[in-house]
Amino acid sequence: MNSRKIALVGNPNSGKSTLFNALTGLHQKTGNFPGVTVDKKTARVSLHNAMGSVIADYIDLPGTYSLHAKSLDEEVATNVLIDENNEAHPDVVIIVADATNLKRSLFLAGQIIDLGVPSILALNMMDEADAQGIHINHAVLQSRLGIPVVPVSAREKTGLQQLQELLVQEPAAPQLPFISTANLASEERKLLQSENTAWSEYKCLVKLHQEVKKGSTRFHSVNSSALQAEETLLRYGTIASILDAIQLKQQIVPARTRQLDRLLTHKIGGFIIFFVLLFLVFQTIFFLAEYPMMWIEDSFAWMRDQLISNLPSGFFTDLLTNGILAGLSGVVVFIPQIALLFFFIAMLEDSGYMARVSFIMDKVMRKFGLHGRSVIPLISGMACAVPAIMGTRTISNWKERIITIMVIPFMSCSARLPVYTLLIALVVPDTYVGGVFNLQALVMMSLYLFGFVMAIGAAFIMSKLMKSTEKSWFILELPVYRIPQWSNVFYTIYDKVKVFLTDAGKVIIAVSIVLWILAGFGPGEEFKHVGAEITLLQDQHPEPNDSVAQEIKIRQAKQLELSYAGRIGKTIEPIIAPLGYDWKIGISLLTSLAAREVFVGTMATIYGAGDEENTDPIREVMQREKHPDTGLPVYTFATGISLMIFYAIALQCISSIAVVRRETKSWMWPSIQFIGMGLLAWMCSFAVFQLLS
Amino acid sequence: MGEMKRHLNELRVGESAVIDSFTDPELQVKLLEMGCTPGETIQVEKFSPLGDPVAYNISGYILSMRLAEAATVTIRSQR
Repeated sequence: MNSRKIALVGNPNSGKSTLFNALTGLHQKTGNFPGVTVDKKTARVSLHNAMGSVIADYIDLPGTYSLHAKSLDEEVATNVLIDENNEAHPDVVIIVADATNLKRSLFLAGQIIDLGVPSILALNMMDEADAQGIHINHAVLQSRLGIPVVPVSAREKTGLQQLQELLVQEPAAPQLPFISTANLASEERKLLQSENTAWSEYKCLVKLHQEVKKGSTRFHSVNSSALQAEETLLRYGTIASILDAIQLKQQIVPARTRQLDRLLTHKIGGFIIFFVLLFLVFQTIFFLAEYPMMWIEDSFAWMRDQLISNLPSGFFTDLLTNGILAGLSGVVVFIPQIALLFFFIAMLEDSGYMARVSFIMDKVMRKFGLHGRSVIPLISGMACAVPAIMGTRTISNWKERIITIMVIPFMSCSARLPVYTLLIALVVPDTYVGGVFNLQALVMMSLYLFGFVMAIGAAFIMSKLMKSTEKSWFILELPVYRIPQWSNVFYTIYDKVKVFLTDAGKVIIAVSIVLWILAGFGPGEEFKHVGAEITLLQDQHPEPNDSVAQEIKIRQAKQLELSYAGRIGKTIEPIIAPLGYDWKIGISLLTSLAAREVFVGTMATIYGAGDEENTDPIREVMQREKHPDTGLPVYTFATGISLMIFYAIALQCISSIAVVRRETKSWMWPSIQFIGMGLLAWMCSFAVFQLLS
Repeated sequence: MGEMKRHLNELRVGESAVIDSFTDPELQVKLLEMGCTPGETIQVEKFSPLGDPVAYNISGYILSMRLAEAATVTIRSQR
């Protein structure tokens, strides 16, 4: 069967993605354009009409206003369209035009027609055009454009069949040029044309601009900006005459949108509503996600128990249960948070409100080298950095995006909470300041504030240090408010979860297994000996009573001490002693690299008391713990605060690292983040400990 | 003769004008492509709560830009 590459192009907010979803459904998958951090959405669907069938390879190109690219996204789209050797180069293009914004949509349409690529104009949002009383004579439009025009509504799913039937037919090149580019840089263009006879007149011009942008010497006299301006004016001239021919009356912004904006971008009301929204997003991810997360953890614990009771004990079973299964659990447990965050992001994006967020927050964010769109990822970082980092995709400026990604982990995420809770209960007295404010609660809040201050401080410093050649301009359309399309929301969530599982999941499981090896294995006879004792006890007492359980716990603590992790803890003790820590804390620091909350579980193991759920016993033992040589308590106020500061700053989350790697396509940025935050944590904890003791 | 050129950033909420020309070549292309062509009427819809950026009503849709960007657009009054 014939296969055909079909690309969807169009302005942002033209409903292109809704159309793509309607045409492809669950066949879609997300990949990457080679070498750049731009998402590539593709889908393979078979199409047929009465005459025959074809395999359609759809690709959803990034939204763009013009082939003269002004951002990375637009560059990717242009390259796909003008380079036949590009593996995504289409056989036919669906130009998605917004029927309520026809004038502007026809600009890009004209450029694509002039490229000579076979095209079909999908006149989208016909339902809204009808609602606004806009009538477009598509027959006349079709004859003026020289390409088929299909009125569709991706939302209402009308016109899709007609579109798909057209796609089965052999694509035909556009019959008319949109404008004549004969007088634009004619000398230089003719030169390129002579070298590439198959190219259309306009394609030569676009290629010319690209060469000039790259700094080509042979076209140094070409003034790109002036040329593009001239071309744009020519195009709008043609557009005006076309709109005249179809007798399109001037569009106006719908009253409903203007009214909503009066409220949502109000001087005071706008901010209040925005912060309430942020609060809502945060609360939902923080609290609502707990339920499915606990259910997932319980399910994995159940699976683990099943495996342990049904499989013979030994290395392989342990690898399966404590290595692989534990690692998997650590990956799957993120799904609720990712799903919830992207539910919100997709809703806000689809409704049109997201653009208003940028509009409201831009001035403040710019001061810190961030973008208006950085706000939601930053605040979500207070629940969990993983989905937050994934959510920075929408920031098109590379420098602003990378700064946002780098500072999100400073925001106090929910994994730090168990650590803070344990340590505060341990070293902060439960008293009231000024008779009203609980000291422990104040310390907790200060830690959160500290994270926030570190985040924007780091952003500020990074923005001063990083050089960027990419122009940063704001120029942004504030689209008409629409009711979010649920299928779009669903596909966004489906896509992000899938990408996380396949991409970050691999890294997380790999590192979990390494840490499992470090904590579960050790050199020397004594290690083996203790392990054998534990196995013996567990085999003899499948349902241990309290005293046997305690015996097992003591040996497990010993085993951890003798493991590789324990040895590493002892080795790094000199480095962490100035921070007020001993080697037992050292082990926990190591195991927390997997995830911060592992700190509590490791403490429970080391001190042979309690577990993640039941922390009172751990706390009691920790309070009694004394340094062997000095006899002084280990967990003093200074040590406690120092440890809290360490956890507030250090990047102890392989999942974050895995996601940053995915979003930046390299190990460089996550490495910088890990090492940088680690050093910073060391220095701050050192300063705090020395000051307080 | 010799009247001072006014710029887009000088307009207040509700005021409108006609686009005349541009002072920054790169921004010019971007704005033109978005439909801000000479002869088009542009009206100030509102300012952001913090005063910057500004939302303009043009060609039947709303376009926002920073005051610094608007300053590169020269305008004339509607006849």
